Formats: sequence, structure tokens, C-alpha cells
Amino acid sequence: MSTDEAGHGGTTPGGPGNSAGIHGAGRYLIQLVTPAGERISHPEFDPWVQDITDERLCSLYEDMAVVRRIDVEATALQRQGELALWPPLLGQEASQVGAGRALRDDDFVFSSYRENGVAYCRGVDLTDIIRVWRGNASAGWDPYTINMATPQIIIGAQTLHATGYAMGIQNDGADSVAVTFFGDGATSEGDLNEAMVFAASFQAPVVFFCQNNHWAISEPVRLQSHIQLADRATGFGIPSLRVDGNDVLAVMAATRVALDRARNGGGPTFIEAVTYRMGPHTTADDPTRYRDANELEDWAAKDPIDRVRSLLDRKGLLTEELQQHVKDRADAVAREMRNGCTSMPDPEPLDIFKHVYSSPNSWLDRQQDHYSRYLASFGDPAGATTQEGAR
Amino acid sequence: MTQMTFARAINAGLRKSLENDPKVILMGEDIGTLGGVFRVTDGLQKDFGKHRVVDTPLAESGIMGTAVGLAYRGYRPVVEIQFDGFIYPAFDQIVSQVAKLHYRTQGAVKMPITVRVPFGGGIGSPEHHSESPEAYFTHTSGLRVVTVSNPQDAYTVIQQAISSDDPVLYFEPKRRYHDKGEVDESVDLATALPMDRARVLAEGTDVTLVAYGPLVKTARDAATAASDEGISIEVIDLRSLAPVDYATVEASVRKTGRLVITHEAGQSGGLGAEVAASITERCFYHLEAAPVRVTGFDIPYPYSKLEMHHLPGLDRILDGVDRALGRPNSLSGLEG
Repeated sequence: MSTDEAGHGGTTPGGPGNSAGIHGAGRYLIQLVTPAGERISHPEFDPWVQDITDERLCSLYEDMAVVRRIDVEATALQRQGELALWPPLLGQEASQVGAGRALRDDDFVFSSYRENGVAYCRGVDLTDIIRVWRGNASAGWDPYTINMATPQIIIGAQTLHATGYAMGIQNDGADSVAVTFFGDGATSEGDLNEAMVFAASFQAPVVFFCQNNHWAISEPVRLQSHIQLADRATGFGIPSLRVDGNDVLAVMAATRVALDRARNGGGPTFIEAVTYRMGPHTTADDPTRYRDANELEDWAAKDPIDRVRSLLDRKGLLTEELQQHVKDRADAVAREMRNGCTSMPDPEPLDIFKHVYSSPNSWLDRQQDHYSRYLASFGDPAGATTQEGAR
Repeated sequence: MTQMTFARAINAGLRKSLENDPKVILMGEDIGTLGGVFRVTDGLQKDFGKHRVVDTPLAESGIMGTAVGLAYRGYRPVVEIQFDGFIYPAFDQIVSQVAKLHYRTQGAVKMPITVRVPFGGGIGSPEHHSESPEAYFTHTSGLRVVTVSNPQDAYTVIQQAISSDDPVLYFEPKRRYHDKGEVDESVDLATALPMDRARVLAEGTDVTLVAYGPLVKTARDAATAASDEGISIEVIDLRSLAPVDYATVEASVRKTGRLVITHEAGQSGGLGAEVAASITERCFYHLEAAPVRVTGFDIPYPYSKLEMHHLPGLDRILDGVDRALGRPNSLSGLEG
């Protein structure tokens, strides 16, 4: 699989085998905006973004710029020792904002750890995004407050959770959708493959949103799959779409197609958003050890934010005022996140025992009791007590 | 009181849970139309429908992972793993997700999942059908692990497990499925013995014999046989393997001064080691002899013609009792 597909070749709609962009091998990428920012018409997918007015386009631009600012700020916080680790999403803003903004509030997201842009679209508290990475918690937020599960670290495990949740939606007779985000590496995991079996067998209202960012830490996507990732879904009887993941309008259109199918009893859809991880896997990674600098340069030319800026410019919308507004908003968000990070209170030692179980547990209660006595022994020179529980 | 088999008692408990809570949903391979390979779920799909008693694809991680998603959605999934040895493909979802989501989300997400696992040997099956994998799960924080030894407990504890907001591994001693016993179906779950408590089945003064699951019956038989020789054995059915009800075991050992624990699972790193260590810590000065373990060996489950050598039987348990009592035994003359 070449890495320059998202920019070149095979993107003209209406060509042979392009019907619906669904089914069939070696399919073209759904694209509505070229890397140069030219809006191209696509009779099938245009209707799905018809409601994206100039104003909403500006808003999508703002989202992407803010998400990038969050990412850059968090990376800086890590470099300054305020965060232990951060998994950047640099380059994937269009995929995450395009999909995130296509969702309804009552849809439920099950993501990996890189979907901070999706979390932003779901309305996450900015401090909550970094709670895990500062080492203050194992999860940043209550999933039910924004209908998004907290980041999953086991690769692909969340795809099954989404499928089960979708089975529950189905049982409840609701028309919401479970949407799961994962990367190209996850497509090799058994859990995703089992999730697709279950989703297809039960025709569950779930969307499998794969961000093919071309790298699973150091492993290129060609090591995960001999065919295009979108084509794998076909074998499960799941319709799939292959979309330019750096084109926010195309991603939104594709996601809406999939959501609409799920809401109307049409079952699951697999979306491969072809994008690129422009940064390292995490701040602990060094991509220069495995990645050609030219490849990064090629993808920089297809930057998703530059693309939407060019589109706005062509439409005469990229005013000084808009740019200043977006910059102010991004700065404010970054400031809020930084303040939230540095003023986050440290957890208490005995917090480690909380919430292991939802009701008392004799093993754990004893260990907590003993450890609290141990801790107290430093503050009490008289030494440990000899009460019953200390035995 | 109704007399019923062990398997029928679980079936009745599942039925009651399905009736009482519309969020209870059963999932597993062959549990619907067939009623389970051991018929434990017989008739339930017919009465509650395919959406509440779900025949799933043959993918254990898939079953467990979708159960997690259903729990997220507010359901109480009851998952059947067809045989003990088939649970390993689901291990990651159990250990990394089911067990930890409540902790991870600081209590926001509950995982009221019950995992039913027929376990143990003695039925003449090939490998993967007779294992005792309980220690993998007792070592995993966030899980509750229980097993039952009689139809009444089977009926009561399955309902307690399902109504628990914590995930519960419910191990069913498959070689006892056809044993019959009296079951009081009107039992009040709130006043019944909580599922994390052990039960003293027979009082005794000379030795405390701790067993669980399939070996409880063997242990009781051993106690009866020993009484013919004038040895008084106190038999404890552990019931809960995580957490173990040490208060009950400790009270017994403080009285008898001697402890024998038996299980089918291999010895090293098993429940017996944990019980022996904990009781030794708690009441070392009340022990008259070192705790004795009578267990399966550290071998893969053997071919069925030799399984009786692996499984602790009445005579091996009594040999262990003799060791605890310092009476002549198979290891007499050896150190320790």
C-alpha cells in the first residue's frame, strides 16, 4: 500500500467501479476537498454535508485548530515534566473532528487512547483529558457524562465493547449508535475480528471507524494487512467505506452514511479513514528510527488543517477576524488545560484501594487497614498498634 | 422444598433472575436452542426469547467483550463458558476489562457480569474439559470468585452472583451436575448466607478440612469414614474463593489446631497455598502441625484413564488428615 493515496490518483468520482464507494477491492478514496483546498463535487456524498454552511465550515476549522493546539500544548506539558506521557494525534484532526461532529449526543463512543480530538467534540473537560497522562487517575472522566468510554489501552478491546453496547441499543429499541475508534494496528487483533463477526451476525448498530495512520508504533500498515483495510470488512459481510481521512468534509459525510445505516436497522459499517500520524506514537517514541523523512514531508503537504484553510481562503472566508478568533480560542483552551494540569491536586495514598469493588471485600479491607497503620506509623513514633486488625 | 439436580437448581436460579430483572441477559455457545451442552439453560430461550438467552458465535473473547458493552449499557450479562479449558481466549477481556473497569472509572462504570464456568474433572473427558483454573482468577483483583457444592447453594448463589454489582466468576462442579438435593425456592437472598462466606458443614474437633466445589462431597465422605476410626473432622465448604472467608476458617483452626485443604487444581500457587499461608499468619500459635495440602499435581490435566490418580479422592484426603494428625501415613519417615 503506497502512502500517498490520500493525495493522488484514483480520487475522481464517477469512474469505473466507483458506485457508492462501497464494496469491491482497490477502491478509490472518497474525497470532497483536494489537498489544495478545492471543493470537488461528489453526487453520492455531497448530500450528506449539504447542511455544512460557511459558518459551520468555519466552526469545523476552529475545532481542528483547537484540537491541534490541545495536542501541541499537551506535548509541551510532557516535555516540561508535567505529564508522564502523551499520545499525539498530530495530522489526524480531520478524521477525529469530521467523525466526532457527525455524532449525536446519545451515540456512544468507544475509543483508543489517541482520540482526544473526538473527546473534545464530545465536550470533555480539558483537565480530564490529561488526568491519566499526569498519573493522577486511570481514567479521566465518567463515561456517562459525555457518552464516551475512557481511553482503551489494550489494542482493539474496545471494539467488542462497542458491539455489545450496540446489541444493548438494539434490545432497547433505541436508534442511537455505538461508534468505535481504533487504528490500523488493531485490525490484526482478534478482538476486532470477533467484534465484526458479532456485529454482522446480530446486525448491531455499530460503526467501526479505523484511522489508518499508517503506523502502529514502528510497524507499517503493510505488516498488518496484505489488502486495503476497508476490504477486510467485506469478508465479514460488513459494508465499508474508504475515505480521505485528511478531508474533514469527506470524513463527516462517510460517518453520517454509516450512522444513518445503523440508525435505520442496516447494521454495522466499517470506515477506513486514510490519514497519517505525523508525530511519534507517544512522547516516548522516536520515529526517526523507523520512518523516512520524505514520507513525513509528503504527508505534510496534505495537512488536514491547511486543506480546510485553503478551502476557506478560496471561498473568501479566511478573514483576519476568523483567524484571530480561532487563535484566541485555541490559546484560551490551551491555557485552561495547562492551568487544570498544574493545579490538579495529588491523589491520596489510600485512594489506591478505592473502587476495586463496589461493596466491601474482606481481603482488601484488611490490606488497606494494615497499610494505613503502616503509613500512620511514620507519624506516630509510638509505633504500630497491636489491635486485632494488625495481626 | 423441591428435590432437584444440581444442574436443574442452577437452571431454576437463572430463571428466577430472568424473571426478576429485565436487564438480566444470558449469553453463550449452545445455550439457547440446545439448552447448553449440560442442559443447564434448558428451556430458558423458549420462555424468555432469543434476545435474553442469546446463542453467540464461537468466540469467547467476543462473548466476554460484548458482555462488557452490554454492562456499559446497563445490562446484567450472565455469560456461559462452555468448559473450563475454553475460558482462556476470554482471559484478556476478563482480566483487563471486566475486573478493572470499575476501578479504572472510579466507580462510574459497573460490571455486574456473572461468568458461569463448569469446572473440574472426573467425567472421563479429554483435556480442556476437566480443568480447575480458579487460581488465575482469584489472583485477579476486581473479581469475586465463588463455587458451590450442593443444589441449594447452586440455586441461591447464582442469584446472589447475578445481583452483585461486582463481576463474579461462578464455578460449577460439573461432575456433580446430576447429584440431587432439596432446594427451597422461596429462599430470601437478603437473609441467606452471603456468597462471600464459607460454611461449616460438619463440626469436628481434631482437624479442619477445607474443600470447595466438587471435593466437598468427597471431604464429607472422608469425615464420615474418619469418624469410624474415632477422628473428628470439621468440614468447611469454602464457597467463596476470592475473597476467602478466613474468619470462619481461622475460628475452626483455633479450635482444632490442624488444617488440611484439598482441591483438584495443581498445588503450586493454588488456593491451598493461599489458605495455608494466611491461616499460618493469622493463628500460627494455635497450629499443632504444619498445614497439609491434598491437591491435583502440577501437570496438564491427564488423559481420563489416569485422572483418578490426579484427583484427590477419599483415601488421599484421609492420608493428608493422618499427616496433619501425626499418624502413620504415606510420607511417614520423610522430613516435613
